[in-house]
Amino acid sequence: MNNLQDKVALITGSARGQGAAEARLFASRGAKVVITDVLDEEGKAVAAEIGDAAHYIHLDVTDENSWAAAVKETVERFGKLNVLVNNAGIVQIKPLVESSVADYMKVIEINQLGVFLGMRTVAGPMKDAGGGSIINISSIDGLIGMSGGTAYCASKFAVRGMTKVAAMELGPDNIRVNSIHPGGIHTPMITQTGMDDSAMNDIFGKVPLGRVGQPEEMATLAAYLASDDSSYSTGSEFIADGGLTAGFSLEG
Amino acid sequence: MGALDGKVALITGAARGQGAAEARLFVERGAKVMLTDVLDEEGKAVAAEIGDSAAYMHLDVTSEQGWKDVVAATVEKFGKLNVLINNAGIITAPKEVHETSLEDYRKVIDINQIGVFLGMREVVEPMKKDGNSSIVNIASIDGLIGMYGASAYCASKFAVRGMTKVAALELGKYGIRVNSLHPGGVQTKILGDIGISEEQADGAFKSTPLGRIAKSEEMATLAAYLASDDASYSTGSEFVADGGLTAGFALEG
Repeated sequence: MNNLQDKVALITGSARGQGAAEARLFASRGAKVVITDVLDEEGKAVAAEIGDAAHYIHLDVTDENSWAAAVKETVERFGKLNVLVNNAGIVQIKPLVESSVADYMKVIEINQLGVFLGMRTVAGPMKDAGGGSIINISSIDGLIGMSGGTAYCASKFAVRGMTKVAAMELGPDNIRVNSIHPGGIHTPMITQTGMDDSAMNDIFGKVPLGRVGQPEEMATLAAYLASDDSSYSTGSEFIADGGLTAGFSLEG
Repeated sequence: MGALDGKVALITGAARGQGAAEARLFVERGAKVMLTDVLDEEGKAVAAEIGDSAAYMHLDVTSEQGWKDVVAATVEKFGKLNVLINNAGIITAPKEVHETSLEDYRKVIDINQIGVFLGMREVVEPMKKDGNSSIVNIASIDGLIGMYGASAYCASKFAVRGMTKVAALELGKYGIRVNSLHPGGVQTKILGDIGISEEQADGAFKSTPLGRIAKSEEMATLAAYLASDDASYSTGSEFVADGGLTAGFALEG
């Protein structure tokens, strides 16, 4: 399958987890990929492993200048930029009453302002390229609540809302903008909250598909949205959560 | 591209429009396809044009026995059944709710809603046997928002969206994924059926973010994604392809 042949994608937070899986899959389907992160060693290693189709750039998504430089370097290296995956994010589990403003703002800065800056910075180059696809990685926590996730949910609902506004504003330039809502995925983001494999399986074993998702299963959805196969989709939510948000059961 | 290698798909309403586009694309990507419709001449012609990987059978989606026969024939011919596209549907000429006859209302519900219920029910056995299956129910943006003059159509499409989620909850344990697909304006014969010309249809969708009506093929690619193993962790959700129609409204022209 080579349906990403003419795509040049910038993927944030791609040193590991879903971002790294997206970088690998996109390159295997024909795209050129710019891997960005603040974890330089790991990011460079992923780029080196992928080979000539990949390039690593340091990018702190909360920094305007850093965005401008990364986008400029991408266009210089690969000739254009027509896919952005806003994947970088952090999670924080803290009860509302124990959350400081500093705690709250840290999550909003990275998960929400990072996406805002990314969309704003790529709009020009994407228009120059004749169009493009922006994929904002939200979460099921942009659809429903999560206990202890005031800041995280706020940021992910905000991403979902901004996606729709950007879709309306950028549609005339043939730039599509959609959000992806992963459910429970086996990535470092979850393991670093202290949840081990058996706890993860206990929680996500209850969803209709009966298992936790893998990063590669989010990468395939991102690849669909990056490809011309999704040419009439913009401003919508694309969910891959094993059925977690489908409803609840009165039985077992 | 062989993303659908190993898939055997039953597609309802496949004689024309989106269903026909799905049948063509699915075979191109490696699937075997059973096309069904009540328009036998047109359906047979599409199947013949596609070739050996396709077959046609008459199916009135409101008939329980019709469903049983088609499912059995599909498994017999292609060895299994692991994809169902509940695509068949009708729309009636716009009529305000107080002018809608019970007969008109029931006709839409029978085909668009009961048809999907029967289809999901009848494919469970073969899909369980396969263990890696996908049901794609074609709803509409009218399963997300209202459409003036379409009480029955909206009711049926919201119902499809709801049933999709229940089926996802119940069938996940058998390895069957169930999702709904919500097209916006698509250039197909269904609009012509209620007296809307191609020009009128084009004009109506100029004000959406992408500024145009869709081609049937752009719905087929989404159905193909959901049918494929690429969508392996998605079930019980809505997948929208509407050019941004439901994204929101603009204060500026």
